[in-house]
Amino acid sequence: MRDFQFHRPSTVAEAKKLLGQCEAAKLLSGGQSLLPVLKLDMAQPSDLISLSGIASLRGIRFDGNRVEIGAGVTHAEVAASMDLQKRVPSLTKLADGIADPQVRNRGTLGGSLAHADPAADYPAAVLALSATIKTDRRTIAADDFFVGIFETALASDEIIESCCFQIPRRAAYAKFASHASRYAVVGVMVAQFADGVRVGVTGAGPSVFRWKEAEAALSNRFAPDAINALCYHPDDLTSSLEASAEYRAHLVKAMTQRAVTNALQQGGLS
Amino acid sequence: MKPNASQDSRMVGDALPRREDRRFVTGAGRYVDDLVLPDQAYAVLVRSPHAHATIRAISTETAKASPGVLGVFTGQDVAADKVGGIPCGWLVKSKDGTNMVEPPHPMLVLDRVRCVGDQVAVVVAESKAAAREAAMLVEVDYDILPAVASIQAALSDGAQTVWDQAKNNVCFDWDLGDKTAVKAAMNRAHKVVELTVRQNRLIPNAIEPRAALGHYDAANDHYTLYTTSQNPHLIRLLMAAFVLGIPEHRLRVVAPDVGGGFGSKIYHYAEEAIVTWASKKVGRPVKWTAERSESFMSDAHGRDTVMKAHLAVDKDGTFLGLCVHNLANMGAYLSTFGPSIPTYLSATLMAGCYTTPAIYVEVKAVFTNTVPVDAYRGAGRPEAAYLLERLVDKAAKELGMDRLEIRRRNFIREFPYKTPVALEYDTGNYDATLDLALSVGDYNGYAARREASKSRGKLRGIGFSTYVEACGIAPSALVGQLGARAGLYEAATVRVHPTGSVSVFTGSHSHGQGHETTFAQLVAGHLGVPFDNVDVVHGDTDRIPFGMGTYGSRSLSVGGSALVKAADKIIAKGKTIAAHLLQVAETDVEWHCGEFRVRGTAQKKTLGEVAFAAYVPHNYPIDKIEPGLEETAFYDPKNFTFPAGCHLCEVEVDPETGVVEVVNLVAADDVGVIVNPLVVDGQLHGGLVQGIGQALYEEAVYDEDSGQLLTGSYLNYGMPRASDVPSFKVGTHATVCAHNPIGSKGVGEVGAIGCPPAVMNAILDALAPLGVTDLSMPATPEKVWRAITAAKTAQ
Repeated sequence: MRDFQFHRPSTVAEAKKLLGQCEAAKLLSGGQSLLPVLKLDMAQPSDLISLSGIASLRGIRFDGNRVEIGAGVTHAEVAASMDLQKRVPSLTKLADGIADPQVRNRGTLGGSLAHADPAADYPAAVLALSATIKTDRRTIAADDFFVGIFETALASDEIIESCCFQIPRRAAYAKFASHASRYAVVGVMVAQFADGVRVGVTGAGPSVFRWKEAEAALSNRFAPDAINALCYHPDDLTSSLEASAEYRAHLVKAMTQRAVTNALQQGGLS
Repeated sequence: MKPNASQDSRMVGDALPRREDRRFVTGAGRYVDDLVLPDQAYAVLVRSPHAHATIRAISTETAKASPGVLGVFTGQDVAADKVGGIPCGWLVKSKDGTNMVEPPHPMLVLDRVRCVGDQVAVVVAESKAAAREAAMLVEVDYDILPAVASIQAALSDGAQTVWDQAKNNVCFDWDLGDKTAVKAAMNRAHKVVELTVRQNRLIPNAIEPRAALGHYDAANDHYTLYTTSQNPHLIRLLMAAFVLGIPEHRLRVVAPDVGGGFGSKIYHYAEEAIVTWASKKVGRPVKWTAERSESFMSDAHGRDTVMKAHLAVDKDGTFLGLCVHNLANMGAYLSTFGPSIPTYLSATLMAGCYTTPAIYVEVKAVFTNTVPVDAYRGAGRPEAAYLLERLVDKAAKELGMDRLEIRRRNFIREFPYKTPVALEYDTGNYDATLDLALSVGDYNGYAARREASKSRGKLRGIGFSTYVEACGIAPSALVGQLGARAGLYEAATVRVHPTGSVSVFTGSHSHGQGHETTFAQLVAGHLGVPFDNVDVVHGDTDRIPFGMGTYGSRSLSVGGSALVKAADKIIAKGKTIAAHLLQVAETDVEWHCGEFRVRGTAQKKTLGEVAFAAYVPHNYPIDKIEPGLEETAFYDPKNFTFPAGCHLCEVEVDPETGVVEVVNLVAADDVGVIVNPLVVDGQLHGGLVQGIGQALYEEAVYDEDSGQLLTGSYLNYGMPRASDVPSFKVGTHATVCAHNPIGSKGVGEVGAIGCPPAVMNAILDALAPLGVTDLSMPATPEKVWRAITAAKTAQ
């Protein structure tokens, strides 16, 4: 790790200003992805701007059928929120299954979304729960946010302020975790709304995606066997030491069916 | 913690909590990286990014000019100083009588790198950051050569050679046993069962990365090396005599608290010699501490063999003969004990606990462009046990016999038993540990548990391994005949202080094994002094007379025996002193655990009184003996010890995803006499977790083409975690070791030896109804899923 200047602004505006002033600054939230990269010298920022002192990035707020979670809220805070456990248990369960307790105590929702790791868990929820991402300058729909591997629609100086999830009738996240890293080899979030079902798949490909055929079949009939006839094609999926594309394709379907089963077991929430 | 002075209930057998844990769990342990010497400088190694390349040129000018740099050294500097290479500690001869190919192993390579991570240069600087910065400025011009990254690649036609002197990459081609007798057995067999198994390559992953701090004191022309070692005296011997040419009395090696070794810290590594040599070069103490990614690519790896076996069986399941062809990966260089692992520590165990009358084993060792392979927890015996126990299960299946019945049919029951592969088992009772496993594991309730799993959509399987291993290594004369270049005794000193408290100095090294407790118990019990009055000192060549260190589960059976011998000398001398003080004949003095008593009277002297007299010898048999009460003993074992047992494993397989969960694991072991049952449980638990790690998760993978280490971090090297394992059920049944004074056999490795075959046999049992007949370690979810899918397709 190289030397860097450290800043801890107390407002988003101040953070933005610093970002403009510094030569090669990086925003630091929980640091659970950035710090390993720094330690391996794979990034050498001149400045780190910590977002941990910005009060407006904190908090979980309910508004009708939506819940807005601040970008600085940690995975552990999401997992422990009693209100969320009552109204969106799928999301608290997802947060509780990210990595390990140390990561969950530091890592944040905003950091995870901005980093856009193809095997991160939250992106599946963002797609399935039809979220909108609120930044310092605009609101981005979930379907437009994730662009590619470690790539989002964010401008280089754009700061995520919060993420607003739609509260589903029922939903569940089924994750097949890598034994070594605990990242998702395949993670599937299935969410049923009054107007249909959304299926977000993470880990399997270079970026999170929706499985539209499964959405159609499950919108028609919300049951695990509703997708029996479907098969996810391995062509666009990732092949690695961890899992081949064929195995991931198999898991996409298996995890989708498990998510549906789990969602049904939880019962309807609205 | 009750000190007990009664001879009948000595401390041996008490489950005392480990006294060293107070400092470990409060963060007060002192490891090599915690040591800071005045003016200390830091070393960072420039390592090869290529698996195989010639070095055209190295430019160090920019690096030398970098801020804070004290020196940059390459293989040229090493050669100019006429520094020797890292020696191999074991010579294996091929069938034709020729010596193994023993290539040089320089501390910094001169002109050719042979594995990713090979040491090319070292930068010494004022700070670690400055050294790292400068290391990136060392320019190495490589001419990349084709790499051979696996046994198969190394032996393929026209393969690139790793060493010009090793034709076809063969290091040695060795054999053991009676080939003719085995051939005859195959000919008259009812059936010949064939099986090929691969031992996945493992990375030891001690929690403390390796570190070394070298200090040359010019004023006294004296060197000190602080290092993460399992055997500081061995490092002193190898580094002084073979590498740096330092007289041994001018070199002190200290291995302070060491955070795990599992074999990986036995060997003399280049970095130890580099910091010691560089310290003299720059006139400052020099410290190197491995980054975790360096550990992955530079600690010696374990296992990595391919074995093909033929077992000749009679109609009734009696084993008639066994033939094994073993291919073993040595890596790019020969590590300290590398050649002995697949040969003398593995082939010699091919009888297992069975009476197979004829056995023949061939071992072909090959060089590859990978990090050296050496002993890792179990070292050769897990390989033998895994092959045999998989093979025995397969034989039972092919004969339509019960898996336990075929084992019992072939168990050795008369001891001592001389195997056809050079060992003589002194004691054992294999039926007893098998029965124990069945009762502890509630074998009778298995069918019901299987049905319960089925109702949850899971496939349940049960597997066994009835293994034997050889440890407590080893008789020096025997291993000398077999090619060892060192003796394998142990040394100990017992010092009784004037006030009767005791310091114990042992050549064994504790890096997690709990010696400070176990050895204190042993001596406290033997001398009848309170546990708290005995301290154990280890890990410093200036304080300990000598030592061969800790590996091969030898500390208690060899190191402990040396302690008992030294304590016996204390008692013998004490008798002379007591007889003088009591004015009786020596023959009238009886030792009664802590007291010298005059036979038939109430007269006595305590050990404390005798010790005081020895140090204040006013009234003393000075014409017969010297003052003082301190004795040293060297103990050379008469034989290996042979722990054995039965491991029973139950798994649940998710047929949809291929995920395997170990749901029940029973270890019923015969480790001989137990000094501290708590320590034994801990050793077993650790070994079992590593056994499950090998069976299900761990594998070091090199890219076939480039020779890059693909599993170079915890992102993709699967370490077993607490949540991966069930609550173990362990039981012991002791048969007493017949040839050492404690009766102990050793426990450090049995978990890692007995467990993997039990796990794999359980998985194969679970999958048998689907038609799956073979599976390799690690049984990852995708591998299991593919096996299930392939079996379904075939049906």
